[in-house]
Amino acid sequence: MQLLEKYSHTSRDSLIPILQDVHDELGYLSEESLSAIGKHLNVPTSKIYGLATFYNQFRFQPKGKHHIQVCHGSSCHLMGAVTLLETIEKILKIKPGQTSRDGKFSLEVVSCVGACAQSPVISVNGKAYGKLTIERLEHIVEELSSTELT
Amino acid sequence: MEKVTTDSIKFCVENIIASAPTEDTKYINDKLSILRRNNISIPIVYLGITSSSIVAGALEVRDAIDEYIAEADIDIELIEVGSVGLCSIEPIMDVQLPGKCRVSFQQVTPELVQQILDGVLNNFLPPDNILAQYRNPIHQPWANVPFFDELSFFSSQHRHLLANCGFINTLSILDAFAFGRYKTYANVLRTHTHEEVCKIIESSGLRGRGGGGFPTGKKWRTTLEAAANQKYLICNADESDPGAFMDRMLIESDPHLIIEGVAIAAYAVGASIAYIYTRNRYQFTVQRLEEAISQAYEAGLLGYNILDSGYSLDLSVKKGPGAYVCGEETALIQSLEGKRGMPTLKPPFPATKGLHGKPTVVNNIETLANVPLIVANGADWYNTIGTDKSKGTKLFSVSGKVNQVCFIEVPMGTSIAKVVELAGGVQPGRTLKAVQIGGPSGGAVTPQELNTAIDFEPLKQIGVSMGSGGITVFDDTVCIVDMVKYFMQFIQNESCGKCIPCREGSQRMCAILDNITKRPSNNDQHSTLERFKGVIQLESLAEVMRDTSLCGLGQTAPNPVLSALKKFRDEFEEHTFDRKCKANVCHNLRTYYIDVEKCTGCAACAKKCPTYAIIGTPRTPYFVIEEKCIGCGICEEVCKFSAVFFK
Repeated sequence: MQLLEKYSHTSRDSLIPILQDVHDELGYLSEESLSAIGKHLNVPTSKIYGLATFYNQFRFQPKGKHHIQVCHGSSCHLMGAVTLLETIEKILKIKPGQTSRDGKFSLEVVSCVGACAQSPVISVNGKAYGKLTIERLEHIVEELSSTELT
Repeated sequence: MEKVTTDSIKFCVENIIASAPTEDTKYINDKLSILRRNNISIPIVYLGITSSSIVAGALEVRDAIDEYIAEADIDIELIEVGSVGLCSIEPIMDVQLPGKCRVSFQQVTPELVQQILDGVLNNFLPPDNILAQYRNPIHQPWANVPFFDELSFFSSQHRHLLANCGFINTLSILDAFAFGRYKTYANVLRTHTHEEVCKIIESSGLRGRGGGGFPTGKKWRTTLEAAANQKYLICNADESDPGAFMDRMLIESDPHLIIEGVAIAAYAVGASIAYIYTRNRYQFTVQRLEEAISQAYEAGLLGYNILDSGYSLDLSVKKGPGAYVCGEETALIQSLEGKRGMPTLKPPFPATKGLHGKPTVVNNIETLANVPLIVANGADWYNTIGTDKSKGTKLFSVSGKVNQVCFIEVPMGTSIAKVVELAGGVQPGRTLKAVQIGGPSGGAVTPQELNTAIDFEPLKQIGVSMGSGGITVFDDTVCIVDMVKYFMQFIQNESCGKCIPCREGSQRMCAILDNITKRPSNNDQHSTLERFKGVIQLESLAEVMRDTSLCGLGQTAPNPVLSALKKFRDEFEEHTFDRKCKANVCHNLRTYYIDVEKCTGCAACAKKCPTYAIIGTPRTPYFVIEEKCIGCGICEEVCKFSAVFFK
């Protein structure tokens, strides 16, 4: 938890930035990190957990190798984001917020990514795919699952 | 081309921004002309890079241009700009040759880059993909290419906030200087008192653009007059309405306009610390904004003792972890203090007791973007735009089932029909069913109401609230019940859970809506009655939520339901009684049929059907028993001969 050294002046204000940094570093918030932050800031771990679950950004399971984000803005909803999501759930057998057992895939539903012209949109590890159809999605997922875990 | 160096920034700050015109105006004009790229010596390629165009493939196009430039035997410069507003035809690439008008190309792909650039550099325009050219009196226009101001998309807008969007280099503060940014700010610091700036905004009649429509000047005045040793200004850029993206585009296309607006506002209320609250997930937006802020610091326009005026301002970006309710000002403040973003009771209003108990002004980003323009041109100028009660222009992002997904700026009081027309209307062969204004806190507008003016009060009269400016267009393939359910689910997810009407109410509403779009296992009269009762309860539930919720989120959450119930009642009834979804969106209400012509009798569907609703003998066409079908759609998926269809 060297990250915490950056925040030597302890105050409640910096709790969210700390959580964000840890989240960026680990890809999720682990139990140990939450209690370490609690000790550092002198705030009960339960409070921190309560705060972290409140916001959409934080995950509590490690990210998979391919982190799939499905946009669920109103435009993407109109263009069939729900069907896309169902397809992904069916292929990968995971629900939003979860990570597949082999650690290859994780799934997240996000609100509008702001690319409504390209809807429906998903992004995999930050690379966005627009104007998706189910066929293209299946193709993308297939391609991703055939890549070796390194 | 002018490079961004400490010297050039210093020159700009001293000569263009800080002081009154000196005798050496010719020299400065020459310099400005270079900065504005009226006089260029090498060809320049511009590429619009925003979070929207990146999805469309702008980064790949950039790589292709870089490659082309590396291989070309002449010098070419690549400049990153923002978006002009036409999102459906991105990526947009412009090319400017010395002495020639800057010409834009639409839907550029990496493969097209070479072809287009080869052509333009040899003074030949490839006929495809041309969008328009920029008018400039000292440049020679291209033949047979329309000017931007001749396109109806641009000529029918009033682009003040968006004036520079897609035109200027978003990465360089020199561009911002050249196109008039920070001049007002410097002038304000030099000649205006806090009081005077407040007065200008008060008399301009600017109203908050976040959805509430509260007079901005009044808010500022309260904070200015509050006695405290520390005051804060917060710019709310946590744009979280699904389907609204114009604020992000504005930041990405003209970040210095926002910084100038924030700085002037902070000066007006006497705040020495300002925050721009945006969302961590909007990485590209945050990146652009942080770059712009560090440039402004470097130029001495932020920080300690700005331009020797004795005024100091610290501006930083706060990355919110994402919650819809943080659009509410008290919740936003809680989030900044490192707590859950839960709204608190008002009063005390943040204007007197906000962040850390100090007077705090929270303004929407679009409100603040208006400020430099108002102060520069005067309140009277601003009063000429818009309607009696609401002045100025409003940004909208139009998405959904339209031909041209775009963001636009129109004067207050423009009709909804005009906005839909700017977005190119619905796709050919489709009819417009409704226009959703204001996202999950707004409501649906029917085609008959399209002539309503976009303004806080007229919209209220037809039961819709303005929201932040996201407009979603529905055509006849959209099911209103499904959309209402979507918005309600969104609210249920985003409700902070502090007050009971919103927490429980949204959950109940979702359950009722779910019920009428789902097929029950037993279709007896009792469950039909229950569904019917649900629809009636929706209305009373919505009223309770509206009247008793703590904050704006809960109070406006039932709006989509109420407006849809009123205007599209037949569709609700159809779902409840006939168990049919005309638009075929609600999966559960579908009944599947098998085409006798196409069915080969392979029995794949019959084996998979969870309710054994498909019967038949092998190698002859199969048949679906309607009463047993639950509309799961598995048969359609497994059929290799596309013989299964639904009505």
